[in-house]
Amino acid sequence: MRRIFPPSVVLISLALLLLTGQTSRPVRAAGEQPSKAAVTIDNFNFTPSTITVSAGTTVVWTNEDDVPHNVTNPDKEFKSPTLDTDDKWAYTFKKPGTYEYYCTIHPKMTGRVVVE
Amino acid sequence: MAEKPKDVIVHDHNRDGVDRRGFLTCMAWAGTGLLCVMKGGVLESIAMGSAPERAGRAKGSELAFVQISDSHMGFNKAANPDVAATLQVAIDRINALSVAPDFVLHTGDITHLSKTQEFDTVEQMLKGLRAGPVHFVPGEHDVLSDNGAEYHSRFGKGSLGNGWYSFDQKGVHFLGLVNVMDLKAGGLGQLGHEQLAWLENDLRGLKSSTPIVVFAHIPLWSVYPEWGWGTDDAAQALGHLKRFGSVTVLNGHIHQTLQKVEGNVTFHTAMSTAFPQPAPGTAPSPGPMLVPAGRLRSVLGVTDVKLAKGSHALAVVDSTLDSTSAS
Repeated sequence: MRRIFPPSVVLISLALLLLTGQTSRPVRAAGEQPSKAAVTIDNFNFTPSTITVSAGTTVVWTNEDDVPHNVTNPDKEFKSPTLDTDDKWAYTFKKPGTYEYYCTIHPKMTGRVVVE
Repeated sequence: MAEKPKDVIVHDHNRDGVDRRGFLTCMAWAGTGLLCVMKGGVLESIAMGSAPERAGRAKGSELAFVQISDSHMGFNKAANPDVAATLQVAIDRINALSVAPDFVLHTGDITHLSKTQEFDTVEQMLKGLRAGPVHFVPGEHDVLSDNGAEYHSRFGKGSLGNGWYSFDQKGVHFLGLVNVMDLKAGGLGQLGHEQLAWLENDLRGLKSSTPIVVFAHIPLWSVYPEWGWGTDDAAQALGHLKRFGSVTVLNGHIHQTLQKVEGNVTFHTAMSTAFPQPAPGTAPSPGPMLVPAGRLRSVLGVTDVKLAKGSHALAVVDSTLDSTSAS
C-alpha cells in the first residue's frame, strides 16, 4: 500500500523534530554543574587507583595522608603542586584518552584516569 | 666492658683484626651505644663515655665523623610536633663527643617541604655544631617544587649534575650520590647514567686498598621495594666498587637502622632525628610512625663512624637521642 505524505505534513513533522531537540547533542538544564570525580590520597595510595570519567569531568585529588604527595603525568600533560595534608588539587580532563600519573616523591604510587 | 674470648678472629680478610662473624657481633651491640675495638685480635666493647683512652687510637690521625639524617624541618604532625627540638638534641650529643668529629654527613630530607624557611632553620641550627663542616646529599623532600634549585644553591657548591661529588679525608675516599631526582613512575631511587659514568671515572685512579664511603639518601640496597626502599640502578655502582677492600654505604630515608654485610661492602641506614618509620611490611605504608611521647627519643638517633689508624674497615655505631652516655 502506498502512502503519500502531503508536503504540509512533512514540513510540520520536521518543525516538530527540531523543536523537541531530537538531535545528537544532549541538552543541559540551565545551571547544571559539569561532573566531578574524587580521588583520595592516603597511606601512600591513590584511591581509586583507576578512575573512569567522561570528557569534561573535573577530578579532585585530596591528600589525607600525613606526608606530602603530588599528582604528575609522565607525559607532562599535568602536574600538581606539592600537596600537604588536607590540600586539594583539581584538573579538568577535556580530551578522551588514558592518563597515567604518579607521585614523583614516592614513585611507587601510581594511578590512572580513563577519559571517555 | 665485657671481654669475649670466644670472638677470636678466624678469617682476617682485611688484616685489620675484624672477621665477618666478629663484625656482625659488633654490629649487634651497636644499637646500645657501644663501641667495638680490636685488642690483640679479640673484640671488646666499650660503653661510649666510659673509656677516655682507647687502645691503638692515635690522636689526630684517626678519622671520625658523624652521620645524621632525615631532619624533616617543617614536619609537625603527631609523630613529632617539634622536629627542631629533637634535631637540637642530636646537635648537642655530637657537641658532647670527647673528640670533635672531622665532619658531619647529612644524608638528606633536611627539610620536609623544600621551603626556604625550613632550609634557613636547619642551616642556622647546624651552625651550632662544633664538628667541622657538614656535607649534604638531598632527600626527595628537599627537591619538591623547584627541581632542587634551592637545595643546590645552598649545599650544591662544587658538586656536579644533580649534586654529586667526592672528597678525600685521612686516606678515605668519600662519594656523595644523589638518587632522588628524575624518578620514574612505579620505580625506586635512581642514580642515572651521567652519575654512574662519573662514579666509574672518579674511582679509576684509586688503589683497591683505599677505604671507600658512599653516602646517598635512599638505600643503595633492596631493603623493601614495595615501599620504594631501594635504588633501581645501584647494582651498576656496586659493580664499580667491587674491587675495593673496604666499602661502607651510608643511607637514610627509612628512619631506622638496618645493616647488611655483603663481601667487602657494609650497608648501613641511619635513624632520623625527626620521626621513626615502621619496619618493612609491618604497617600499611612507610609513613611516620607514632610512638608514645616518652619513647620518641629512643627511636631517633645519630651514627658515629670511626676508622682506626692502620685499619681499613670502619666502625659504625648508632646511638639514640636518649642514650645516657656520649664518647
